[in-house]
Amino acid sequence: MPEFGPNQFVFLLHGAVWTIALSVLSLVIGAVFAFVVALCRISGSRTVRAISAIYVQAIQGTPLMVLMLISYFGLNILGVDVPALVGATIAMTLYVSAFLGEVWRGSLLSIPRTQWEASECLGHSRAARMRHIILPQAVKISIPPTVTFMVQIVKNTSLASIIGFVELTQAGKLVNNSTFQPFVCFLCVAALYFAVCYPISLWGRHLEKQYNVVR
Amino acid sequence: MLSAETGTTTPGTIVSLRGVHKSFGDVEVLRGLDLDVRMGEVIALLGRSGSGKSTALRCINGLEKIQRGTITVCGHEVARMGRDLRPLRKDVGIVFQSYNLFPHLTVEQNVTISPKLVKGVDAKTASLLAADTLARVGLLDKRDAYPEQLSGGQQQRVAIARALAMEPKVMLFDEVTSALDPELTGEVLRAMERLARDGMTMIVVTHEVAFARKVADRVVFMYRGQIRETGPASLLDTPQTDELKQFLEHDL
Repeated sequence: MPEFGPNQFVFLLHGAVWTIALSVLSLVIGAVFAFVVALCRISGSRTVRAISAIYVQAIQGTPLMVLMLISYFGLNILGVDVPALVGATIAMTLYVSAFLGEVWRGSLLSIPRTQWEASECLGHSRAARMRHIILPQAVKISIPPTVTFMVQIVKNTSLASIIGFVELTQAGKLVNNSTFQPFVCFLCVAALYFAVCYPISLWGRHLEKQYNVVR
Repeated sequence: MLSAETGTTTPGTIVSLRGVHKSFGDVEVLRGLDLDVRMGEVIALLGRSGSGKSTALRCINGLEKIQRGTITVCGHEVARMGRDLRPLRKDVGIVFQSYNLFPHLTVEQNVTISPKLVKGVDAKTASLLAADTLARVGLLDKRDAYPEQLSGGQQQRVAIARALAMEPKVMLFDEVTSALDPELTGEVLRAMERLARDGMTMIVVTHEVAFARKVADRVVFMYRGQIRETGPASLLDTPQTDELKQFLEHDL
């Protein structure tokens, strides 16, 4: 039986790289859809609002692990040959779009109605109002919950191990199976998660400070 | 300018309300309001809280939808414009009780953003426009400040400048001094007086009877969603109806 050594640690590092890759992919693609979801949820059209509300409810009411299983095994059974990374990214993107969409909707709605009215009364178009009046104020409000959510996403990528995607947690399991040194192995896994998440938190704090200095 | 229900109105009429009804749920706030405002006229809209004066103002620039009647402003039939009210908003400026400046923009940016966005004015022209309008309200030295660094009176004067920069044909004032102490009220009212002297058409919802007496060409007293009494500012010294008498007694 191999001992836990540099080779095993390098294997964990590879897993961490895939954790970062999955996090970045799902956050970047998910953020685009989340913005669309947020806009749909406050749309002037009742139909658009209703459809987007159902979408959010459906995704929020489904465990992420189940989303993973559906998007991986489901698509493969339908005859679409999906690699684990793609399956995991689809599931995570759906998840991000619903949850981050709701966070951002809340930020948009927290801008007082009088700001929307003042902008409207000055003849701004809807797009101009969103771009120049509402978003700059809403972005500031959304920073803390968004950063918290990003950290959660990094940790939630561990669920991709269920579909055999070798990210950090799955790599940890594999190393443990061969070395049977769970304490050392999973402490290293935890430390690597921390090494990824802590800089995000620091960055968030920096952003908050920066935005407060502006005014 | 034509009014669908009662035919022609006098020439030079810039705002015309005919039989305007507005309800919020079961509460009828405006019950058949008729009002004509001529170009360059300063109207003081007086009345108790709940008499419908602020609602009337909000209906004039389309912030509230009316149930019956017609509102014509600078040739726009407000009720028939559908969802895009931008042509109306180019002609009508409004100042609110709570200022509603954009907190993330400087004073100058607050003033320049609308001409830039809506009229496509270039940065240099917009800056000159801001200098001109801010000078008119006596705040040129505050152009680089953020709203939160200003007093309430200063913020309200910036709000006036912001509306003026769009070169509106009519200005609406919705209880613009109600949130201010007497000293700050004075500086805002003086800015409005100057505007009135420059010939701006103004509809001013106010509790300031002294201001109405001094500046208004015509006083309109609203009571329960209708006009109870209207006439020149001297009306305030010789009220005809009991309601206006009562209002003036309580207010002074």
